Amino acid sequence: MDIRTTGGPPTADEIAAVDGILGSPESIWEGGGRSTQDDHLARGGHAARSQRPLLLPVLHAIQDRMGWVSRGALEYACRRLSIPPAEAYGVVSFYGRFALDERPELALHVCDDIACKGAGADDLCSALEKAFGPSGKTWHRSACLGLCDRSPAALVERAGVPEEREEHQVAPITLEAAQAILRGGRPEDQPRPQVVQRGTVRLLRRVGVVDPESIDSYRKAGGYAALRRALELGSEGVIREVTEAKLLGRGGAAFPTGRKWDAVAKATVRPHYLVCNADESEPGTFKDRVLMEADPFAVVEAMTIAAIATGCEQGYLYVRGEYPLARERIEHAIGEARAHGFLGADIEGAGTRFDIEVRRGAGAYICGEETALFNSIEGKRGEPRNKPPFPVQAGLFGKPTLVNNVETLVNVLDILGEGGAAFASIGTADSTGTRLFCVSGQVRVPGLYEVPMGTTLRALIELAGGLREDRTLRAVLLGGAAGSFVTESQLDVPLSFEGTRAIGATLGSGAVIVLDDTADLEQVLLRIARFFRDESCGQCVPCRVGTVRQEEALKRILSQRETSLREADVALLSDIAQAMRDASICGLGQTAASAIGSAVIQLKLVGP
Amino acid sequence: MFGAGGGTSSYREAEETDLIILWGSNARETHPIFFHHLLRGVRNGARLIAVDPRRTGSGEWADLWLGLDVGSDISLANAMAREIIHEGLANQEFIGRATSGYEDYARCVEAYPLERAERETGVPGEAIKEVAHAYGRADRGMICWTLGITEHHNATDNVLALINLALLTGKVGRYGCGLNPLRGQNNVQGGGDMGAIPARLPGFQDLQDPAIHQKFSSAWGGAKFPDKKGYHLSEMFEAMEHGELKSAYIVGENPARSEADQTRAVRLLSGLDHLVVQDIFLTQTAELAHIVLPAAAGWAESEGTVTNSERRVQRVRRALQPPAGARDDIEIISELARRLGSDWGRPSAEAVWDECRSLSPMHAGMAYRRLDELGGIQWPCYDEDHPGTLFLHERLWQDPVEGPRAPFHAVEHDPPVDQLTEEFPIRLTTGRRLDSFNTGVQTGGYTSPLRTREALLISPADGASLGVLDGERVRASSRRGSVEVPVRFDASLRPGLAFMTLHFPDQVSTNILTIDATDPKSGTAEFKASAIRIDKLVTAGA
Amino acid sequence: MNEVFVGLPKRMVKISVDGTDVQVPEGTTILEACRRLQIDTPTLCQLETLTPVNVCRVCVVEVEGSRVLVPACSRKVEPEMKVLTDSERVRHSRRLVLELLASSVDMALCAQQVHGWMARYGAKPERFGAAATVAQPVKIDNDLYVRDYSRCILCYKCVEACGVDAQNTFAIGVAGRGFDAHISTEFTVELPDSACVYCGNCIGVCPTGALMFKSEYDMRQAGTWDESQQKVTETVCPYCGVGCMLELHVQDNSIVKVTSPLDHSVTAGHLCVKGRFGFQFVQQRSRETKG
Repeated sequence: MDIRTTGGPPTADEIAAVDGILGSPESIWEGGGRSTQDDHLARGGHAARSQRPLLLPVLHAIQDRMGWVSRGALEYACRRLSIPPAEAYGVVSFYGRFALDERPELALHVCDDIACKGAGADDLCSALEKAFGPSGKTWHRSACLGLCDRSPAALVERAGVPEEREEHQVAPITLEAAQAILRGGRPEDQPRPQVVQRGTVRLLRRVGVVDPESIDSYRKAGGYAALRRALELGSEGVIREVTEAKLLGRGGAAFPTGRKWDAVAKATVRPHYLVCNADESEPGTFKDRVLMEADPFAVVEAMTIAAIATGCEQGYLYVRGEYPLARERIEHAIGEARAHGFLGADIEGAGTRFDIEVRRGAGAYICGEETALFNSIEGKRGEPRNKPPFPVQAGLFGKPTLVNNVETLVNVLDILGEGGAAFASIGTADSTGTRLFCVSGQVRVPGLYEVPMGTTLRALIELAGGLREDRTLRAVLLGGAAGSFVTESQLDVPLSFEGTRAIGATLGSGAVIVLDDTADLEQVLLRIARFFRDESCGQCVPCRVGTVRQEEALKRILSQRETSLREADVALLSDIAQAMRDASICGLGQTAASAIGSAVIQLKLVGP
Repeated sequence: MFGAGGGTSSYREAEETDLIILWGSNARETHPIFFHHLLRGVRNGARLIAVDPRRTGSGEWADLWLGLDVGSDISLANAMAREIIHEGLANQEFIGRATSGYEDYARCVEAYPLERAERETGVPGEAIKEVAHAYGRADRGMICWTLGITEHHNATDNVLALINLALLTGKVGRYGCGLNPLRGQNNVQGGGDMGAIPARLPGFQDLQDPAIHQKFSSAWGGAKFPDKKGYHLSEMFEAMEHGELKSAYIVGENPARSEADQTRAVRLLSGLDHLVVQDIFLTQTAELAHIVLPAAAGWAESEGTVTNSERRVQRVRRALQPPAGARDDIEIISELARRLGSDWGRPSAEAVWDECRSLSPMHAGMAYRRLDELGGIQWPCYDEDHPGTLFLHERLWQDPVEGPRAPFHAVEHDPPVDQLTEEFPIRLTTGRRLDSFNTGVQTGGYTSPLRTREALLISPADGASLGVLDGERVRASSRRGSVEVPVRFDASLRPGLAFMTLHFPDQVSTNILTIDATDPKSGTAEFKASAIRIDKLVTAGA
Repeated sequence: MNEVFVGLPKRMVKISVDGTDVQVPEGTTILEACRRLQIDTPTLCQLETLTPVNVCRVCVVEVEGSRVLVPACSRKVEPEMKVLTDSERVRHSRRLVLELLASSVDMALCAQQVHGWMARYGAKPERFGAAATVAQPVKIDNDLYVRDYSRCILCYKCVEACGVDAQNTFAIGVAGRGFDAHISTEFTVELPDSACVYCGNCIGVCPTGALMFKSEYDMRQAGTWDESQQKVTETVCPYCGVGCMLELHVQDNSIVKVTSPLDHSVTAGHLCVKGRFGFQFVQQRSRETKG
């Protein structure tokens, strides 16, 4: 590609960061020095352009090393990868984790999202603002970091050479700890999640029990029995069990998993790809993080089974950028699995080939949308694609692709262990199995809970210790920012796909944020509105402009005195909501008005 | 090619082929919209090979760039052919049925093993082999070229070497295959179509064929006109040198600037007894003329047709009134005829075209009405029901072949005339830039943000060894003359290779350096290969 | 006459649009089917020569069985598909899309057609009150182009024309995210520092006047731009031998703009810098011609 670069040269550190991923350039044409071979020969074209999927890993390397992405660094990456700089700039500027202005090496991201807000995040941010200036220099307000069981939460990043670079989750974080970190202190290692739930757990049974860094520990707990079973059953057998289990996807859309697997398995176009969607970014959601941190081998094993069933030789696990520990554990588990012959060219000596590459998100909620996620893996802006074609027809790199959420996949281990029919006997007739719920907010014991589908919301909240003494319930946000509010009178809703649908709500990602009478619902709604305004990819008009107009209208509704004006704005909100729901490209836009609409329009919790 | 001179393929075929070899062409800059078609092909999966001494913008798109030494094209092509034959990739069935002269050709290329080609071209033998195999194996493959092939003293041989490759692999006369010279000016093809070449009448009909000559003569009321081949441009200058050619009528050309060895060209033009120049500008050539006939611009102030590089005859139309005093070419010619005693009246462009159609079978079906409706028609188009021709030479795939077989021509490597020596160690080659055109007469009219002053582009390594800085003015000299010019470092040039354009004769007369060694068959000069030296300027008093 | 492989013959597909049955070839988009039925369907980001990006969502229609509305410009017909192009839901979304855009972008220079759609769907952008807009200063950093992103609706057409669909120069891309998403060079450098080669193909496809030839911009500023006085003549570019069709827009015997027909096989509407801007010489002769 004829690439024009007009910025300054990259620094030695920037070159080292890029070369750390790509190796040293082989010719002057890729940004290296001139060799005699270069006088008469150059390679490029399709091979050079096919490196595009390496753009995000390279950008991460630059960001990790330098703390920001300079023009010189980006242009060097472009030269190496044969990507036009304006395209690459469009990509860098899309993702929240990449900085385009020079920044200090240290960045403290403080979550001020719904659950953390209820745990004092706003006071913490105000104090930091007083001491260290506004957000955006050394400390940054952040959307949900997926640590809602331990709110308020923070993430510390320190740029530097790989040996010195740091990335830590700190939760809960105190003002003192935040100040110490910003003054150069090193955060202490955090206690890791334990399952606190009493009673039977299935998906969570190894969490806190096995050593997440030991494949032997995993095997001792029954690990890799399901893979053995899968190899016996073969593709058709596995898909039959999964179909009989009536497993529905846990990512939010509740699509029948067996049907999806079958469609990919039967797709004639090759190769097939497998993608594990671990870009868990829905505010209030942390279930996949816990599974990856505490039971990473289960995720790897489940992916391997899915790959065998659907004929994939290459899998990707796309993990959200704010989950450093989960990433580390998964990468470690993949390495161990490879070393033990559970991944690679000949799995378990059965002649099956499969391997997994971990891809790291970069601060874009939208990348949890499956087609946006494909674009992100491909090194592009995380803009969702129009469907059809569906991923099973044309997904990653335009090929048939199986995308499953982490929790969905881990369910498959039990399905193969006990058989599809036994699995289907748990839960309700239409929603089989158990479900992970991320209970946060104002309950006594926030945490991750596993209950059979159909358990009532009331029982779930009780399981989490119920409300604190003398507090009454204001509302529960079910399904995260893309979900909807339910109130006291709806607490007996069975937590199943059909049960929540009946009251116009959704299980969504399994987020359950409980707000008691001390919660500032108006601030929560404004936070949700800001979240969607920030996270809209900007591609389609209903969502790009609609999320802004929604926030503006909401602000007016919350501040206007005159009732008639407030009523007009509620009507406007309703109009915007309908267009976003009907005409947006993807699920983000289609649900961006859901929670706010349920609070303002349906439940009238705030407003005129 | 095998008779009619025109690109064999359509642009759209570049979108649906498997392999494109761009040979001696920077189409990215010189034929940008053709390059759009080519890129669509690349996006559809076609491999692109660029053969060019410079790694140009076109080369940057290529899967493989072969940076051969200037003037070593035949060696490269012959070595490819040898590889193709040895690998068993020659299409023997096609060769046997549709070609002639294969034995000679095979014998000739046998003398070009990879080692020899590597020595003569500089390109690693392995890479030559790779390209040969890729071209040999591709189901569909196209070769496209521009002046990098034709501005050499052995231009015709260069072209033949490429034609040989297509014949060898059966890559002509089929959809998605072909041989395509990309024309440098909007009606170079049309000029040839209309007989503005020494031995042809309109429609590439042989001037020296008595029957053809008779056909035209009787259509023109028994007019007498030469029946012998005329001179091509370079021969005309030679004839001026010998005093044989004493007067000239030049229409829309600026040889005082565009000819190689400019000093000589100006001297010869100035020495003519009588020089008439018909042009839309008072060009440097017009300034030497005894009579200047101001003309209307062919593309915006006149009606007529032009032919493009895919043989498409297209309508040009009058959008502007020409400036006072300037006249349409047809009007000037008709008026001239009248004053010479033959009143043709004032025929319209369409009437002239209809006369042409009546005499040139390949244009017969191209009524103005149809050209308007179809957005132009590709020749040949024999009657008004004929849709035009997407690609040529389909007949070569008929069994038995209709008409003559396509001949191989054994051609040998012959390095540039202007040899590199210790005194003149640097190879200067010339070419165009995207935003400018030829001698800049037309492109000088607009302000381009891309335009920089003319400079001698050299490799930074040469700059260092010469002790000159980027931007420093130097003296560049060839065996014919010297110019002062600033240097500009260009990392895409290898040491020993320099580049200039002909766009800015008022800033730098590049053609003072170029050589007029000329291909005897086509009359093209070797603009692409001069030997120069570069000297630091001695500051006054030093 | 050559025999050319043009693909397998297309099957016909029966669909119903607003209750009318129609047979269209397989692979046809709903938009094309609507156009065959002379149903005026609003479009902003769609152009025949560009890959559909379906981002503006103004062409959405209701398809029976689909939970959400679908973009007519990119959705291909399927057998027995039932399409509604003027239902309440469709009218609502089209109206909202036009309102949301017009409340944030200066759409004054859009084609008359666009204003017609606004009227048809009753778009009242002012009802959003004091709303955020993309208003910003005009960018003039070279002699050929003017970029006024206050008029940009982010239809992606310029990016496609600069990129994979034609020019493949990629001087501009979409940068940023959400409402801050915008068309930008790398690091927002000025055009002369970008990869731009001034082919003008971005301007050729811009539907809102956000991208404009400097010559047109200057005439508009001076109040001399008058499309009613302009005559468009098709001819062939005077430069290289590719044979690009030009449309010369002439006002007062002077070329004021050059475009190319979208439906011509050589250019598909696209030109290079010479074809687009290299016409001035023909108008500069009176000054240069000596006696």
